[in-house]
Amino acid sequence: MLNTVALIFIFIGLFFMVVGAVGLIRLPDFYTRAHASGKCDTLGEGMMLIGFILYEGMTLIAVKLLLLAIFIFISSPTAVHALVNAAHARGIKPWMKGEERR
Amino acid sequence: MIDIFHASAIILVLTIFLCLYRVIAGPGVENRLIAVNTVGTKTIILLVIIGFIYGRPLFIDISIIYAMINFIAALAIAKYLRRGCLC
Repeated sequence: MLNTVALIFIFIGLFFMVVGAVGLIRLPDFYTRAHASGKCDTLGEGMMLIGFILYEGMTLIAVKLLLLAIFIFISSPTAVHALVNAAHARGIKPWMKGEERR
Repeated sequence: MIDIFHASAIILVLTIFLCLYRVIAGPGVENRLIAVNTVGTKTIILLVIIGFIYGRPLFIDISIIYAMINFIAALAIAKYLRRGCLC
């Protein structure tokens, strides 16, 4: 029973990771790519780690995985925000509808 | 369950190759940096999966260290892009 729930969580996480990678290729601008990368990666990673915790059970490894998930939920959007802020300070204009993709 | 881990590891490696396309072809520095950051966050999950497949819990400690190094590297590169130096 618990393995089935863990399997569902792992598949949801894999789906979000694949969607983030496809968005990184398909989207037309730097800001939209940062949107896809920052959100989909964080959510997919959290879902997969929750699945691994449910598969593992109550051990020390589960505690380490929980700490890793909490750290990533804080650190990954912060890193993407810092990169986007630096790019905005360098003067990159956002993409408008009808322009050429770059 | 081990087969599921093998399949998810293979799918993760394929998504890493999709991100490497953006690393090679992306215009400008920022697109490459976002793609490298994404590859790093996928590598953390890949290390955890390798630890489960081979039955070695030490890989989870390695993945924690990798997450910290990835975060510090992204912040340092962002500061360098913004100011032109690491001061």
